[in-house]
Amino acid sequence: MSTNNFPLRSRLRALTDLAVTGLTILATVVVVTPLVAIFAYLVYKGASSLNLAFFTQIPKPVGVAGGGMANAIAGSAILLAVASAIGVPIGIGGGIFLAEFGRGTKLANAVRFTADVLNGVPSIVMGLAIYALIVVPQKHFSALSGGVALGIMMIPTVCRTTEEMLLMVPHAVREAALGLGVPNWRSVLSITVKTASPGIITGCMLAFARVAGETAPLLFTALGNDFWSSSLNQPIAALPLQIYVYAISPYDDWHRLAWAGALVLIVLIVLAVSLVRYVTSRGVLKGAS
Amino acid sequence: MGVGIEVTNLNAWYGANHTLQDINLNIPASHATALIGPSGCGKSTFVRCLNRMHETNPIARVTGSVRIGDLDIYAEAKPVEIRRRVGMVFQRPNPFPTMSIYDNVAAGLKLNGYKNRRSLDEIVENSLRNSALWDEVKDDLKKKSGASLSGGQQQRLCIARALAVDPEVLLMDEPASALDPVSTSKIEDLIFQLKAQYTIVIVTHNMQQAARVAEKTGFFLNGRMVEFDSTHKIFTNPSDKRTEDYITGRFG
Repeated sequence: MSTNNFPLRSRLRALTDLAVTGLTILATVVVVTPLVAIFAYLVYKGASSLNLAFFTQIPKPVGVAGGGMANAIAGSAILLAVASAIGVPIGIGGGIFLAEFGRGTKLANAVRFTADVLNGVPSIVMGLAIYALIVVPQKHFSALSGGVALGIMMIPTVCRTTEEMLLMVPHAVREAALGLGVPNWRSVLSITVKTASPGIITGCMLAFARVAGETAPLLFTALGNDFWSSSLNQPIAALPLQIYVYAISPYDDWHRLAWAGALVLIVLIVLAVSLVRYVTSRGVLKGAS
Repeated sequence: MGVGIEVTNLNAWYGANHTLQDINLNIPASHATALIGPSGCGKSTFVRCLNRMHETNPIARVTGSVRIGDLDIYAEAKPVEIRRRVGMVFQRPNPFPTMSIYDNVAAGLKLNGYKNRRSLDEIVENSLRNSALWDEVKDDLKKKSGASLSGGQQQRLCIARALAVDPEVLLMDEPASALDPVSTSKIEDLIFQLKAQYTIVIVTHNMQQAARVAEKTGFFLNGRMVEFDSTHKIFTNPSDKRTEDYITGRFG
């Protein structure tokens, strides 16, 4: 009798397959929708205010037409460079320690716990802390303090993803290196870290993209600046700060500039991340995993 | 040229687990020696003691002495020095996944600071020829990753990588157990050729393989070496009842 059931069960199976496939497609759409919607809305609201002046001029006073965010774009670049110079090496170094040299030690557990707590510290608190530690003793706001605040915020993400990625490198690969008489430190740096590098770079990019849009830690540190400044010792403009100031202002043309700024911020982050991905993927060989 | 290995009162532990007990044997130079025995009998631990890989596990411990040539590897040398003289090929092919074929072979030399580019090319070619892989990869040396090769090719790549540092001894821990029969026979042919130059110690689950490639065979059981003799004697007329039971398939 079981042969009689076969067509029915087979149809049921095909239906289940169809239903599950449909659900996963639906889930994908739900995941992608917010991003597409936000981006479309930004283009709709901001694209019309974008022109050459936006990228070349500094802000004009209220009521004066035109003006741009050139100083904020440059300021964000400087802040992020400082932040990456702090967050990336310390984060990767910490991750290497956690995964390779300190595994199972009390110090490693303490470091891991600290990184996780640091990751949970609200960004406004980070801004206040840096204000107290750097801005107050220096007696002025500065690009440096803003970069430090963002850099410290990058550390836990970079550190923990580096650790996770290193732990994913198969034990066999480490053994292969040790079996060749390669000293452990050399094996870690040249083999394990290299093998994990695509994942580590992804972690750095995640951290970078996250702090690129941070406003709160900059309020008491970089402060913002309506004029050109490239000095690390002076207050500096940043795109998120500029967007914040323009968005809460009562002026319509500033609102439009804020939308344009938001659009530019997102596009620049995507560009920076894509650029890094492109540069780092050029050396990858056929069939490398 | 290969050198002989003299093992005296070797004991090894993983934590509280006494995995090797009082092993004594002499492995002849420039021959292939096979180690057989059921899973968990200690034969892998034994070969890992011959290049001090055993102690890379933090809970592992070793006592006794191993002389490779005239060097007591536990008393007179650092682990990294030993491992350059005693190459190892693992059960699963483990090429460095991000490196090209060329860099995989050159890895042992490069990572130990060897810089002469011209002779590096030569060493890479010779090692790949010695591992019978040269003809299959010579056009893709720097283009393809080691991980893009088939399993059998990867294992021969790992052999080339081990040969490139010019070891005296080659340890092979079930080098063909993850491979198909064609790749397996290539590896066996290779062992046959290589044993003229290197002292080879091969752990295997495959008794025919031991019979085909090795002059000497040791039978391990429960952390002890039950019998060590010429391969012919072990497979035709073993002295110990347990060896006979094992090779006739009564257990294991």
